[in-house]
Amino acid sequence: MSSIGTGYDLSVTTFSPDGRVFQIEYAAKAVDNSGTVIGIKCKDGIVMGVEKLISSKMMLAGSNRRIHSVHRHSGMAVAGLAADGRQIVARAKSEATSYERVYGEPIPVKELAERVAGYVHLCTLYWWLRPFGCGVLLGGYDRDGPQLYMIEPSGISYRYFGAAIGKGRQAAKTEIEKLKLSELTCREGVIEVAKIIYGVHDEAKDKAFELEMSWVCDESNRQHQKVPDDLLEEAKAAAKAALEEMDAD
Amino acid sequence: MESAAVSSHDSTIQEIGFERTLYPYVMGTSVLGMKYKDGVLLAADLGGSYGSTLRYKSVERIKPIGKHSLLGASGEISDFQEILRYLDELILYDNMWDDGNSLGPKEVHNYLNRLMYNRRNKFNPLWNSLVLGGVKNGQKYLGMVGMIGTHFEDNHVATGFGNHLARPILRDEWNEDMSFEEAVKLLEKCLRVLLYRDRSSINKFQIAKITEEGVTIFPPYSLKTFWGFSAFKNPTKGAEGSW
Repeated sequence: MSSIGTGYDLSVTTFSPDGRVFQIEYAAKAVDNSGTVIGIKCKDGIVMGVEKLISSKMMLAGSNRRIHSVHRHSGMAVAGLAADGRQIVARAKSEATSYERVYGEPIPVKELAERVAGYVHLCTLYWWLRPFGCGVLLGGYDRDGPQLYMIEPSGISYRYFGAAIGKGRQAAKTEIEKLKLSELTCREGVIEVAKIIYGVHDEAKDKAFELEMSWVCDESNRQHQKVPDDLLEEAKAAAKAALEEMDAD
Repeated sequence: MESAAVSSHDSTIQEIGFERTLYPYVMGTSVLGMKYKDGVLLAADLGGSYGSTLRYKSVERIKPIGKHSLLGASGEISDFQEILRYLDELILYDNMWDDGNSLGPKEVHNYLNRLMYNRRNKFNPLWNSLVLGGVKNGQKYLGMVGMIGTHFEDNHVATGFGNHLARPILRDEWNEDMSFEEAVKLLEKCLRVLLYRDRSSINKFQIAKITEEGVTIFPPYSLKTFWGFSAFKNPTKGAEGSW
């Protein structure tokens, strides 16, 4: 699957003979090595969850947020190089506020996704810039209902009803496909996302992780916010119980 | 007034085609504010005057800011709307941290003070007198900022004509532990005086309250007035031939 560029991979402005830009593919590898990030579109909103791998026991729980609010109605979950992610989030916030200032209404999620994708793509066009080493899940709720977009380091952005990036994405996607998303409410979705993340976490390779989840749904008044603590605890408990059940078999 | 964009994050101003605020056009009259037992009350009428014409009669001059504050403004209405836009962005960025903290009335008051003072120093003021009231963590807060950047905190404040007509009443009759009903009665007393004596006030008021639980802006209502004074009944009694 992975091939060495040998000579065609030194710059993002070089195509290989078989039409690939290796630098972008390498950037995607940075995303693949990060903790899993999942997003699902439920009946009444979007739920996003991140498997935050803890590199040191000294880290304070709740710090190093991977999910950021971009405006009242939308948020982004970042996988890959955290610093690159911060830059994308800052750009998205700026696009959202400038749209609202000009047009007087919150930026439609589709428009925001297009702008962020354009920005990410921009950095793949010049030799003095490097591509962003992070993939982003953008979840928002506007007039057209809840929407989930994923933006990759290449600048591609698609709309999804279920998406996963990072280490455990293959396993996570399989799990998401099993869910009946059109019938799930966000409350139920939160529990399912927690179960999936706990399920794909590799105990052997990575030790500790912290689960971070956010939602934007009718229950949260269409505002993007962290999942309330009591629901988060309930989800974690259900996820741990499901794991034990699986281990018991 | 301004034809160049001056955003709060940007320090460059194009001088070409750039005008400064010289005169206010559509103005709101007094705003009253006072602390009471459970929180803070603000009151204002719903009038917007265009010179001596009472042109707009449904201008809401008290708005909630975030979870903990209320802002009332007198003076140029368009500048008030601009201030609300700045505060909206301020509160948005505060909310996006999603860290369990939120800006309280003291912080908002300080921000407004900086805003007004900096504009004044550029000879381009926001032509408003602002009343900022709020409650956070049980602490009640009531402050005022003027268009030249003067700011202070007090138990009861008033802008415009209210300074001259309402504050003496408040000084005499305000006390620390007023209940909501007592406080509204006192405010209505002041509002009635303003209605009688301030030509730019109208008989349509809004009272807004803020407590630890949250903001309530009551629907507009009118006060009963009495014009049956004997001197009004026969106005020409003292000067025959006049009208």
